[in-house]
Amino acid sequence: MSDELDAVFRREAGRCTATLIRVLGDVDLAEDAVAEAFAIAADHWPRKGMPPNPGGWIVTTARNRAIDRLRRESTRTDRHIAAHRLHLEDMEPDDTPELDELDAFVDVVADDQLRLMFLCCHPALAADAQVALTLRLLGGLETEEIARQFLVPEATMAQRIVRAKRKLRDNHAPYRIPRPAELPDRLHVVLAAIYLIYTEGHRATSGDALTRTDLSSEAIRLGRVLVELMPDEPEAVGLLALMLLTDARRPARTNDDGSMIRLADQDRSRWDRALIAEGHDLVRACLRRNQPGPFQIQAAIAAVHADAPTSKDTDWSQIVALYDQLYALRPNAIVAVNRAIAVAELDGPHAGLDALAALDLTLLDDYQPYHAARADLLARAGEHAAALAAYDRAIELSAIPSEQQFLRDQRAAVSA
Amino acid sequence: MAQYLLAVMHDDDYSDVDFQSPDMQRIVGQVSALNEEAQKTGVWMFGAGLAPAASATVVRSVDGQVSMTDGPYAETKEQMGGFWIIDVPDLDAALEWAGKCSAACERPIEVRPADG
Repeated sequence: MSDELDAVFRREAGRCTATLIRVLGDVDLAEDAVAEAFAIAADHWPRKGMPPNPGGWIVTTARNRAIDRLRRESTRTDRHIAAHRLHLEDMEPDDTPELDELDAFVDVVADDQLRLMFLCCHPALAADAQVALTLRLLGGLETEEIARQFLVPEATMAQRIVRAKRKLRDNHAPYRIPRPAELPDRLHVVLAAIYLIYTEGHRATSGDALTRTDLSSEAIRLGRVLVELMPDEPEAVGLLALMLLTDARRPARTNDDGSMIRLADQDRSRWDRALIAEGHDLVRACLRRNQPGPFQIQAAIAAVHADAPTSKDTDWSQIVALYDQLYALRPNAIVAVNRAIAVAELDGPHAGLDALAALDLTLLDDYQPYHAARADLLARAGEHAAALAAYDRAIELSAIPSEQQFLRDQRAAVSA
Repeated sequence: MAQYLLAVMHDDDYSDVDFQSPDMQRIVGQVSALNEEAQKTGVWMFGAGLAPAASATVVRSVDGQVSMTDGPYAETKEQMGGFWIIDVPDLDAALEWAGKCSAACERPIEVRPADG
């Protein structure tokens, strides 16, 4: 039962919280009401059985509890709603609604989750606060879990979340979907936050792999919710495709001891074909719209990799072309380094090194992937002394144990 | 509706700015046009440029005793050089106006909600 309850919680907590924020105009009240409803469920369901529609049961119970509580503490109602902590649109209750009228507003509206996504990822918040708030309110994760995932003390994470909520409240952040003119910029912030959650889960492959994997799954869940709610946004579809195609490689990414395996060396038979098929369908669907964006292009790159039976058989010219397209939209170091790696696969390590040499070194000296890529290309070009020095720099810059181990192994292979 | 302070931030002392320079003439024109727009749309509550921070006096009342000291409260390089107070529906509207203000005065704007 507790597993089932957990699953319902994961699926429904964000949706319920999103609706109750609209009803109550207050994030903390909504969180409390949802927590209370799940506590009641944990007591009732094991005795009486799971209701046919557990999500609906939670929303109704949370709504009723919240309204009961507001009735009991009617001065609080006035204070909370009149205080207008989160600015509500015309379609919502007046500043001081009659409590009976409130009932009319509590039906679950699909848009609620979308409003909450835009609220959590408000550009007035720092990226780490956006991510923390998204996981807390939409993912229903406990503060302690989020802190553990991001390797910060629980008190630090608690403060980050409290501050973010306070900033939104003090600033009268609106609880609505941005207007069409604002939408592209605002949506990009939401997509970036979800992708940050995904990469945070994807990156770490060491001892805490299990919990961090949950972070990737949560990001994919959020990506699916977003696509369901905004099916016409090709970048949202592109992000989901990118995450699915990357996640398909998860079973082949690490050795039994948790150490990293490069894309080129992965056992491709272990890639998840169902995820690849789904990712491919999404890539095709969004590319047909012909409104290319960074996530769609990255998804297309992942799709080309997924198509190749071996690294050698990869269509590297197509990958270089996609990186060129990506670089035109996002001229940054990550893209430039990945493009150089693809160039090396297409035209040999010297061509890759030339591509790296063309970049602005002052911006790349602290960028670990640059030195790791350069080390590998130098080694393949037979320039062993320079390769060793580049590996040393890359190891020095890496903060992830499994990545350091991988680089040390590569370095040892060159010096041998 | 909610009120916000839009503070114009300067990274350095602007006491020797020449208001007759073409740059300042351009900025003054832009800001006037913006003020007019803000007043017409009803968001404008107040706005003004401030004399440089060196002109400031800090007044403190402690146990009924009022004392004064010369100079700005905080000796920082960044100082507020002017401000608007606007009345808009929500943060997003305030940020939109802050964007217009920043474009007009060619300075960063710090947006702070007034605790109304």
